[in-house]
Amino acid sequence: MHKILRQTQLSPNVIRLDVEASRIARTRQPGQFVIVRKGEGSERIPLTIADARTDEGSISLVIQAAGKSTRELVALQPGQFIQDMVGPLGRATELIAQGCALCVGGGVGTAVVYPIAQGLHRNGVQVISVIGGRSKPWVIFEPELRRLGEVVVCTDDGSYGRHGFVTDAVKDLLSQRKIDVVYVVGPVPMMRAMAELTRPLKVHTIVSLNPIMVDGTGMCGGCRVSVGNETKFACVDGPEFDGHLVDFDLLSDRLSTYRQIEQQVNARHEEACKIGLNR
Amino acid sequence: MNPRPSLKERIKIERQSMPEQAASDRQRNFKEVNLGFDERLAMLEAQRCIQCKEAKCIAGCPVLVDIPRFINFVAEGNLAAAAHSLLGDNALPAVTGRVCPQETQCEIECVRGRKGAPVAIGYLERFVADWAYQQPNQAPMETAPPTGRKVIVVGSGPAGLTAAGELVRRGHDVTIYEALHKPGGVLVYGIPEFRLPKKIVHDEVERLKQAGVKIECNVVVGKTYTLPELREHFDAVFIANGAGLPVFMNVPGENLKGVYSANEYLTRVNLMEAFAQSDTPVLIGKRVAVLGGGNVAMDAARTAKRLGAEKSMIVYRRGKAEMPARLEEIHHAEQEGIEFEFLVAPVEVVGTPQRWVSGLKCIRMELGEPDASGRRRPVPIKGSEFVIECDVVVVAIGSRANPLLTSTCPELKLNKWGFIEVDDQGMSNLPGIFAGGDIVRGAATVILAMGDGKRAAHAIDDYLKTK
Repeated sequence: MHKILRQTQLSPNVIRLDVEASRIARTRQPGQFVIVRKGEGSERIPLTIADARTDEGSISLVIQAAGKSTRELVALQPGQFIQDMVGPLGRATELIAQGCALCVGGGVGTAVVYPIAQGLHRNGVQVISVIGGRSKPWVIFEPELRRLGEVVVCTDDGSYGRHGFVTDAVKDLLSQRKIDVVYVVGPVPMMRAMAELTRPLKVHTIVSLNPIMVDGTGMCGGCRVSVGNETKFACVDGPEFDGHLVDFDLLSDRLSTYRQIEQQVNARHEEACKIGLNR
Repeated sequence: MNPRPSLKERIKIERQSMPEQAASDRQRNFKEVNLGFDERLAMLEAQRCIQCKEAKCIAGCPVLVDIPRFINFVAEGNLAAAAHSLLGDNALPAVTGRVCPQETQCEIECVRGRKGAPVAIGYLERFVADWAYQQPNQAPMETAPPTGRKVIVVGSGPAGLTAAGELVRRGHDVTIYEALHKPGGVLVYGIPEFRLPKKIVHDEVERLKQAGVKIECNVVVGKTYTLPELREHFDAVFIANGAGLPVFMNVPGENLKGVYSANEYLTRVNLMEAFAQSDTPVLIGKRVAVLGGGNVAMDAARTAKRLGAEKSMIVYRRGKAEMPARLEEIHHAEQEGIEFEFLVAPVEVVGTPQRWVSGLKCIRMELGEPDASGRRRPVPIKGSEFVIECDVVVVAIGSRANPLLTSTCPELKLNKWGFIEVDDQGMSNLPGIFAGGDIVRGAATVILAMGDGKRAAHAIDDYLKTK
């Protein structure tokens, strides 16, 4: 059982949960994730560890409410519990030891970029973060990233920071500065666009993939992705891979496997809420 | 006590058959197929054992259950004594009574099998174990005084549970680390409810807990803790974390939506209870093709049928006689309407423009010369390609070693396939680190894993005495 210590709304649909998990807080490294299962009958959901505090033995999970399971998680209040949590899983981020790194985060992916930026900063690497959101309220982790270096904020509607997508900002930065590596976490189309942008420039680009998982220990193979035409399991071989080698079409296609079932579940869930079956 | 019939009378008794749920009913539910003996059937069957002086059946058992002894108590109607005897030899009798391939182990050695059918040892084992677990004041496991020695067992599958039981009985302080959220390993994520009800596994686990075994779930050794850390804090470690990574076919289209490894398919249904309105989804195929010929393939095909598939097929590259699955499982699958395509190998998974599985392109095979396993090697027949129409493909062709734990301890000696090398006591090249089950053997059976667990536990006990 893992107690919720704090619940913070970061954007209209993104919640930060600080959860008791002292063992994981001690050993986690940038890029690693946990799998949580809220309670009996709940799904197992992989969530990247956004931050950790060893003093209070907690980790931070940043969750975007999408389906029934994530909505249940973001509804958890301080004092309530997540029944099962396992980790830290996956390989740690391959951090460079010197030079300059671009950390690019889109939406909820910005929370995943944060520990990477932290790790780079600790290594003495110059960190430039480029983060984006639909509009101002959707931009998350800006103050945290500012503590680690320069931050360029982009909004789709121009309500805050630079008007436009993160790709445009990154394009400019790549032409102005010497960038050794780009780390990108965000929606699949954004990671794909970023990989296409850096490919001709031959800038090493690392992306963090979020395929469907069950056990997270390599046992089921549900999270298989194609990297350099080789099948890899994101849970044990990843979740981070060379963005220039990832088959993003396959990733987004496999992510849609249960979309129809989820829509039905969501509709049932909403109907039940409306008529008061959940009360 | 009941008067015993004479030997002559006992020889005349025919083998009692296992009552089972009718195939027409069970192919749409997840309730257990075999219903178990009642006391009358059990006593009758037990009379058939002629109590050989040199009982060959015992040597056939990987955990060396004293079979004639417990069966004799059943024949006498002394079930408490039968239970005491059986539980003393076997940590998980309700499990092995259901899933052991008795026909190739104890029962094949039975003298009664030379003329007629062998004693139904598995059915009797199951009967005694189930009876024992139904007793309200069941005697707790007898344990020796605490030795103060701490042992970690990695994995709560059949090898780990068996080893834990043996070690706790000898007074050691045992903690099991399980990676998933529920203990039982393959017994809960792999073997379906209709073959091994989860309640049975739960009961066996509870019994170990009552005896003092501590079980911590959600701990992945290799991630949460490393093996070197465990060595520092514990006197011995038994690694039984299973085989792990599923093998795929390496054919085009195997990442289409609707292609599952058997591990994923069965885990979604068994562990995550996708069949019972849980939040975990699983694709319900109308036509499901399962690749492979082992018990796991049978489990997947029978599960597909129960989930509502109109057609569930086994696609196997050799012939019926070469299938490694237990006869009983093949027989049950046939009864339930599972179809078999023998001497057929997949060459491609074909899909719709939206990248959903729409079929399995196969090639027919013929049997050639025997290979290293002694089975005749299947050879493709040129130009014989055809497509099996299906919307879900389940790949049940085995697994390879999971490097998650072993990669955190480079000093640990592995064989060329990545499995842990052990001596005949189950000890690795590192003193105090033992291993057993699939992480040593590659995919094998529950009972072989249990045999490893028992043997390693005895070796660990000896090791701790000398340390």
